[in-house]
Amino acid sequence: MTSSHGRGPLHLAAAVDQPGVYDAGPYVELARLAERGGLDFVTLDDTFARPGPDASAVLSRVAPATHRVGLVPTLTTTHTEPFHIQATIATLDRVSRGRAGWRIDVSTTEGEARLFGRRHTAPLDALWQEAGEVADVAAKLWDSWEDGAVVRDAPTGRFLDRDKLHHVDFTGEAFSVRGPALAPRPPQGHPVRVVDATEGPARSTAVRHADVALVHVASPAQARTVRDRLRADAAAAGRDPNSLLVLVSLLIDLGDGEHAAEPGHGGGGPRQTAQGPLYRGGPVDLADLIASWYKDGTADGFHLIPVEPRRDLERLVNGTVALLQHRGLFRTFYPGSTLREHLGLARPANQYAGGAA
Amino acid sequence: MSGHRPRGPRPLGRHCHLAAYFPGADTPTVWTGPDAKSPIEFSSFEHLARTAERGLFDFFLLAEGPRPRAHQGGIHDLDAAGRPEPLTVLNALAAVTERLGLAVTADATFNEPFELARRLATLDHLSGGRAAWHVVASSDARTGEDFRRGDYLDRADRYPRTAEFVATARRLWDSWTPDEAPRPFAHRGRHFDIAGEFTVPRSPQGHPVAILTGGSGEGREFAAATADVVLARPGTLEAGRALYADVKGRLAKYGRTADDLKIMPGVTVVLGDTAAEAQERAATIRRRLVSPQRALLTLERLWGVDLSAHDPDGPLPEFDPVADPRLTGGRARHGDAGATAGKLRALSREKGLSIRQTVIETSARQSFIGTPEAVAAELAEFVREGAADGFVLVPQLTPGGLDEFVDRVVPLLQERGAFRTEYEGRTLRSHLGLPDPAGTGEPYDERTGHLA
Repeated sequence: MTSSHGRGPLHLAAAVDQPGVYDAGPYVELARLAERGGLDFVTLDDTFARPGPDASAVLSRVAPATHRVGLVPTLTTTHTEPFHIQATIATLDRVSRGRAGWRIDVSTTEGEARLFGRRHTAPLDALWQEAGEVADVAAKLWDSWEDGAVVRDAPTGRFLDRDKLHHVDFTGEAFSVRGPALAPRPPQGHPVRVVDATEGPARSTAVRHADVALVHVASPAQARTVRDRLRADAAAAGRDPNSLLVLVSLLIDLGDGEHAAEPGHGGGGPRQTAQGPLYRGGPVDLADLIASWYKDGTADGFHLIPVEPRRDLERLVNGTVALLQHRGLFRTFYPGSTLREHLGLARPANQYAGGAA
Repeated sequence: MSGHRPRGPRPLGRHCHLAAYFPGADTPTVWTGPDAKSPIEFSSFEHLARTAERGLFDFFLLAEGPRPRAHQGGIHDLDAAGRPEPLTVLNALAAVTERLGLAVTADATFNEPFELARRLATLDHLSGGRAAWHVVASSDARTGEDFRRGDYLDRADRYPRTAEFVATARRLWDSWTPDEAPRPFAHRGRHFDIAGEFTVPRSPQGHPVAILTGGSGEGREFAAATADVVLARPGTLEAGRALYADVKGRLAKYGRTADDLKIMPGVTVVLGDTAAEAQERAATIRRRLVSPQRALLTLERLWGVDLSAHDPDGPLPEFDPVADPRLTGGRARHGDAGATAGKLRALSREKGLSIRQTVIETSARQSFIGTPEAVAAELAEFVREGAADGFVLVPQLTPGGLDEFVDRVVPLLQERGAFRTEYEGRTLRSHLGLPDPAGTGEPYDERTGHLA
């Protein structure tokens, strides 16, 4: 399936955000629904600026109740300790046996800064510059225990091979971390990093650190332009462009019918709204849209955000996804077990392996 | 909610409380042999948590850290090391347990009140009211090297800052209205100056259970003002009674009763079909804990020199300890070291013990060693005699170290009427018989460091 655009199989992800829900049950239900559809991963957004539970906690609670679907919470880098972020994501990867991702975001408001009382907010480009540093140090800490660092060698009495543990000695603009991490390398090596790359300052962080870039675009032409640019920039940054997947992020309102509720819409494509590009129509037309954008090489897949979480996710899985599977465009089962395997991304080499501390 | 214990004289055969600690990293843990499994994989956590719940335990406690320790300029490699982030593990354990309390150790020095309060409240919601917070405050520079705030917390600031942290967290937990609308909060104290809206409604327990370690006088005072559960060191019945009376005696001035705070020593238990077999098994565990290399390391820390040329099965060094901070971890305890070394040499000569045998001989004995009947009787006695409200069991083996206790001792405690035969409530507060927190925005007293 690989084309000159480096395009692999279609990837699908869905948001499981549910405003006002703090119990585990409804999140488990939606994640299981997504898993039934064979989706690559679910996202759960997080912010200190509005009511809502801690997203990484919710998806950790979901992990033992699911088996294959990837779990991608948002963790913001502006006020949370980088060391805590990497430990949380590494542990999510462990409790989910290799299904963790991390959607990297920043806190932009002074209101959020006041909740912590440690620093003022900063311009967007500085916040994203710091997010890049946090992503960088997280990868270093994940690598700070090489695979095989735990030897449990009874004859020599050694639990660890200390040559395989490394200080990271990272110094950024506003923080420094000595390391090593407190736990072994996570199952995926590096859990999957997801960055919303639609806005300018986030884009350079995505190009350097993301495995998956989400782009909020309303037309195939826009999608192609953005994807081509991201891939070119990734190549310029010394990366294999195929190691950066670009998913189009769309709000979906699947309404009540099988086809578009509004003439000229639905099948006509998404339209821009204040919350982002919105697709409104039936699940069959959404399947057509996904199939046609994907076939045109405009995206590696889609990240779909249900407007009515339960209704729309159910219609997405039972309608749209079923149809795409029927047409042979989407997997009918998970051949792999980790999120990296779902996404066709290799387990990364360890930056410290074979080298000096 | 059930669990409000009637005040007044205690009924005979008063229930004790039981908790389990996840072994590893900072406790003496056997990691060799086929019965020792990974202290890192989720399956080990799940096994212990399910075992604790099968035994109707009150809660399961996870530690955080510690950082890998240094030895001879490198990372110390002889002990079980590596610990996943405990809050994340507990959120996952909430999915595989239904009643068991889930207690997390979280450092007040390297967290911020808003964020940690939010994470704890989230755990309480996701677990249906089973969250507890073991409050610790580290002050070491080494830990600080991994965090924004840097490398220190003045020891004198530890309790005041921690008290302000806990009080602030409780204020955040109280900040939503009963009909689930956020209300603005503002706190300005010596250590925290924050304002805004909390993002989580009041959780099932109101306040997750607060667990503190009561060591020093200052620590006991803070615990009496603040804690729902106090972790104590294991010791004799007499020592237990003294601590118990001391801490409970401090409660009245905070308007609290003896039942509002539970004292639970951390204990190790070894069982056998006979007393002699139990002693033999306990000795075997101590031998397994002290590998030849570990024995040498113990002496190196004391002697302050590299002893790798010495045979662990041979005699102790003839020379006296020297001070090398690189080997003693920077601790200047030379005088003590000399005296301790002298005692070890005397013991070794007297009993004809090798280096390793000497270290094993002087290693800590397990707290309760005996037949299930004898251990159950002793545990019940501690509770009856006012030396403890219960116990935190510290298994020495991952993950099977609790199995035997749950299978053999718990039923005997139940027969004696000393332990529950089913969970009565759903929340950890109900298991512990703790009152619901009053809760709406108690004022915080900056001067005394506790709620006014």
